[in-house]
Amino acid sequence: MSATDVQVVGQDAGPPPEEAVPGGVGGLLRRGVDNLKSGNLGVLPIVLALVFIVVFFSYRATNFFTAENFGNIIIQMAGTTMLAYGVVFVLLLGEIDLSVSYVAGIGALTVAELQRPGSGPALSGLIAIPVAIAICALIGFAQGTIVAKIGVPSFVVTLAGFLIWQGVIVYRLAVPGSIIIQDRWINYTGSYYFSRIAGWGIAAGITAVYALISLSSLVGKLRAGLAVQDPWLVGVKIVAVALASFGTVAICNHASVQGTPLGLPLAAVIIVFFLLVLTYLAKRTTFGRHVYAVGGNAEAARRAGISVARIRIVVFMISSAMAAIGGIILAANVNSVDTNFGGGTLLLDAISAAVIGGTSLFGGRGEVRNAFIGGAVIATVANGLNTANYNPGTIYMVTGTILLLAVTLDTIVRRLQVRAGR
Amino acid sequence: MTDTPLLELQNISKSFGSVQALTDVDFEVRRGEVMALVGDNGAGKSTLIKCIAGTHLPDSGHILFEGEEVHIHGPKDAARLGIEVVYQDLALCDNLDVVQNMYLGREEHDRFHRLKEPVMETRTAATMKSLAVTTIRSIRQPVATLSGGQRQSVAVARAVMWNSKLVILDEPTAALGVAQTEQVLDLVRRLAQQGLAVVIISHNLHDVFETAHRITVLRLGRNVGVYERAKTTQQEVVEAITAGKPTKVSGIPSTGAAAAT
Repeated sequence: MSATDVQVVGQDAGPPPEEAVPGGVGGLLRRGVDNLKSGNLGVLPIVLALVFIVVFFSYRATNFFTAENFGNIIIQMAGTTMLAYGVVFVLLLGEIDLSVSYVAGIGALTVAELQRPGSGPALSGLIAIPVAIAICALIGFAQGTIVAKIGVPSFVVTLAGFLIWQGVIVYRLAVPGSIIIQDRWINYTGSYYFSRIAGWGIAAGITAVYALISLSSLVGKLRAGLAVQDPWLVGVKIVAVALASFGTVAICNHASVQGTPLGLPLAAVIIVFFLLVLTYLAKRTTFGRHVYAVGGNAEAARRAGISVARIRIVVFMISSAMAAIGGIILAANVNSVDTNFGGGTLLLDAISAAVIGGTSLFGGRGEVRNAFIGGAVIATVANGLNTANYNPGTIYMVTGTILLLAVTLDTIVRRLQVRAGR
Repeated sequence: MTDTPLLELQNISKSFGSVQALTDVDFEVRRGEVMALVGDNGAGKSTLIKCIAGTHLPDSGHILFEGEEVHIHGPKDAARLGIEVVYQDLALCDNLDVVQNMYLGREEHDRFHRLKEPVMETRTAATMKSLAVTTIRSIRQPVATLSGGQRQSVAVARAVMWNSKLVILDEPTAALGVAQTEQVLDLVRRLAQQGLAVVIISHNLHDVFETAHRITVLRLGRNVGVYERAKTTQQEVVEAITAGKPTKVSGIPSTGAAAAT
């Protein structure tokens, strides 16, 4: 994972500069101070950390900084990152969802069950995947309703979900032990590579969509006669997104396994697709605005006429639906679902990814791109430590340390905010 | 200010179980006027405001808005009439910026629920300008970074922006320093100058005398009197608050009961 890539995509999801303060370096600096005051440290520290991690492992392991491994990291981060995307929304509300890992397991189990040939329904993955996502969204609806309507703390509801859905997976798989996934559509999510040409086309498409969104926003502002700070920054960001997209495709197209060229993994497209869609949902729609409002001050949101319960329920549905997608990708990575699916560090990796990236546990503060960067950090650390032949225990210790540092930083910044606020 | 009052309450009574919170209270406020509502703790100020805001339904009495009797059954009814209340806790989301708070729950959007940021930003800027709230450097900065006075200004501006006719401010200066208090009092005066009716609840008689045209004093859930600022003194109002006798005999408001007439 190249440093420029992460830095750039990290910035792309953010809102365009909107403050009517003077432009130039002074304006940027002032905006930085404003952000710091409001407890928004941005993605800079974690991006720097990622750069450091990449440099470190490139130095430690000869086969880390290769095109092939770049593709590996993308595929390895995809599943966890999907879960983390959903977790960001839950954290924005100031809630928690501990059930995502086993809801992911339910998603994986559902597709595995539906595609099972022989005694199973042997459905195509194209049907099985939407059904699994819908079932998990229903789980989210149930959990969210208990939280929002009855008022049971989300920690308890989703902890119960954690146990219940784990139980369902173990119960179902107790006898066969595992279900092999043979459907090609499902397995594609973890193992499909685009051709070189298609890769370039996708890079162009992502750049075009990003440019269209940010330029239309810019034009809207200019037309309304609003002051736009640093219009050149919009251009810089578009160029950066283009560089990241084409750079990623260039590296992936360079990769090959035993002479067979690989290309851009489908997983990369899934990651970026949901990054863009969910960021749009969070930042540019009334729903997203209300999520931030409820997370910032639920009472104020309620008095403003926002249906707090509805927002909470929908967010838990998003969380579970994203978990389903992540679960399907994780299952596709190993072409099977077994009784241990959803266990291990999946849950904590997903929450850590969101939090490491800068999403606050206290609600109201965070962005979808945080999960993207956090997911990249966690996958890169795990991949690097494996590649460099470290003891597996080291992975947990290092990830734990990064998590602690990230949240400590977040807490310090938050205290600064309280002081600056009044 | 001789036209019919914008809001007129007649003989409002309200009890909670055995506690009689309001007894035959009259109250009025006119367009372009700042009416202060003062009284000691437990005098019934909050209850009266909640009757106007729709949080409480009075047991008896009439509420006239623009000369016509209305029944306010909830905050939405009040908002429909053009009555906005700024409560002491302001109800702002610290993590959102000024524009986002101004439009909280009433965002401008297209049919795909996409936010129309330029529209919201333009109107917020215009509202801020019309109220001469100039101390906020950028309306795109999070409310968390604002001072107490600025936050109060945002809350008031939000109340004003929705074509409101009557703005009720509950202890707007309670948590503010001297300079910020002045800033908010300026804002209150400007609201009245723009033709809005303003009700200000305050314990601070200095603030009241700085802004109000008239002062309604409640004591133990009853009217003590309505004083015109120009014709009364702080001393007189303090006496009315602490030891005033209920002056109302019939349904006629007792304006200037003590000395003002």
